[in-house]
Amino acid sequence: MNLYEYQGKALFRKYGVPTPEGFVAFKPEEIQEIKGEVVVKAQVLTGGRGKSGGVKFASTLDEAREKAREILAMEIKGHKVHAVLVEEKLKIEKEYYLSILIDRSTRSPLIMASPEGGVEIESVPDEKIFKYRVNPEIGVHPFVGRILSKKMGFSGDLAKQFTKILINLYKLFREYDAELVEINPLVLSEGKLIAADSKVVVDTDSLYRHPDLEENAEEKTPLELEANKAGYAFVELDGNIGVIANGAGLTMATLDTLLLYGLKPRNFLDLGGTDSVDITKNAFTYVLKAKPEAILVNIFGGVTKCDTVAKGIIAAKEEFGIELPIVVRLSGVHEEEGRAMLKENGIHAFADMRSAIEKLKNVMEGLQ
Amino acid sequence: MSVIIDENTRIIVQGITGHQGSFHSGEMIKFGAKVVAGVTPGKEGMRVHDVPVYDTVEEAMVHEPDATMIAVPARFVKDAAFEAMYHGIRVIYILTEKVPLHDALEIVSYARTHGHVVIGPNGPGITVPGKTKMGIMPNHIFREGTVAVASRSGTLTYEIVYALTNSGYGESVVIGLGGDRITGLNFVDVLEMFEKDEDTEAIVLVGEIGGTAEEEAAEYIKKNVSKPVVAYIAGRSAPPGKRMGHAGAIITRGKGTAESKIKAFNEAGVPVAEFPWEIPQALKKVYK
Repeated sequence: MNLYEYQGKALFRKYGVPTPEGFVAFKPEEIQEIKGEVVVKAQVLTGGRGKSGGVKFASTLDEAREKAREILAMEIKGHKVHAVLVEEKLKIEKEYYLSILIDRSTRSPLIMASPEGGVEIESVPDEKIFKYRVNPEIGVHPFVGRILSKKMGFSGDLAKQFTKILINLYKLFREYDAELVEINPLVLSEGKLIAADSKVVVDTDSLYRHPDLEENAEEKTPLELEANKAGYAFVELDGNIGVIANGAGLTMATLDTLLLYGLKPRNFLDLGGTDSVDITKNAFTYVLKAKPEAILVNIFGGVTKCDTVAKGIIAAKEEFGIELPIVVRLSGVHEEEGRAMLKENGIHAFADMRSAIEKLKNVMEGLQ
Repeated sequence: MSVIIDENTRIIVQGITGHQGSFHSGEMIKFGAKVVAGVTPGKEGMRVHDVPVYDTVEEAMVHEPDATMIAVPARFVKDAAFEAMYHGIRVIYILTEKVPLHDALEIVSYARTHGHVVIGPNGPGITVPGKTKMGIMPNHIFREGTVAVASRSGTLTYEIVYALTNSGYGESVVIGLGGDRITGLNFVDVLEMFEKDEDTEAIVLVGEIGGTAEEEAAEYIKKNVSKPVVAYIAGRSAPPGKRMGHAGAIITRGKGTAESKIKAFNEAGVPVAEFPWEIPQALKKVYK
């Protein structure tokens, strides 16, 4: 889960990582007082807000409120602006980059630091990015700060500041179950290193240990949220074929196959490894809300038995009065019983994926 | 000795009295696995499929287990895995999904520096047809044979294994690596095992979007694998930034796309099937 900049900075302050002085405002009137020149920054869960006009400067209270009003009305790359962060304008002498992330291939935390901050790290040449792989059993101690300070060109007091920031940031990274903590830019301002921006991504599966973090709903569509709450992995897509399958890999493979056949999926829905008539039946609720023109069900039965799925499909058809074409593929445990039940109820049922998708293709061509 | 486990491997199940633990222990026993004990705190004295249940792994050690299947709720996985490793159990298979990322990191990191093998989290386990099974793969899809399969998913693995079996192939071993971002084994680890395994003659890799495990596998194959390899990649149609069911199946900052993985495999001379059902045909071209 992505945190907004102001939420990330609140965590930075909690862990002793210096940030500019400032406050968050959800309405222009919430800005009561400013001290000197300020920057008003859009709070959105996407990058590139500067280029889109989501960062503006102000030097009076009226001006700050006016800029806040403009920014709060904006939409940046399809994201509505959630709030503004009003902060003291820093005198920037130099911009650096610092992040800690989980590196999947080495299965360890990875520190990345660069003297070229303020730009997207992807655009910085490799030789300007200094990496340190953390052994989680050892952790991050001052020696790591000394190694990286040397490469970054920090000495004396700056090296001490950098080391303290690094150690505190790692502590935050571990204690808040972060996937990523990023300071870009880490600025040098009047002799101090300050986190001018924050990007913190917290592992969704660990949120139960962080009751202080509110769930940011903005990353999902309302329908995705609703389906996720009911226990389905669900993603909205832009096609017209509703999809229900079991297992993330098989569901993805189903979507891919549809596209290769020139058909467009409306959604990703993974039933999971359950054997329940109701779970199958209720999955149709969310697919139907997405208003598809046909529905494809692709099940490889193991723990999930094919006859259970067939019962769920028939129950959904009756209860929700589904008149859309439904094509079903059932293979695996109790497949024959399952397919026979579907056929008795006038639903197309196949033993293999290819036949089901070819049938669906015919059905869709017939609809045109 | 086959890959990781064989017919002599003595398995315990942590969380054996739960719904998943109990059902799958029964299926494993039917497949021929030696399930020697179960562990569920507070349930000592019970028997599940006639397997004795203990409160602690320490007590279950009288059965001399070499492997454990962990089927406890996500928030207890770290505790269970370290309990097993503390007592020297070599193979740790974690069935559970939604394990906190940093818990997985600690488990896998400790395991790799102390000689344990972790399979999963969030995977279907490992099956050695004709010998043993630890995990949740359906018993009926296998036949003993020479093709090793490694995959990041569950049902898609069954789909492909079943297609292989129906085309006359058999499997030497099938490993589900797990759908999470941090898993104990990745493709490179198992390729090394498959290359050495005498029962394996050909290899099928089933990858998906997210991370760079497939790209690393392609590099490794170029230099170190003499056996024929074919692959399938799921997620060609996945939009960036969306978690496609698996925690690990996500394209972030333009990295981890299906195109990148397919390209890497093709450059390593590994044919990538467009459809899951084409894997047997693809194998026929490079193997037999």
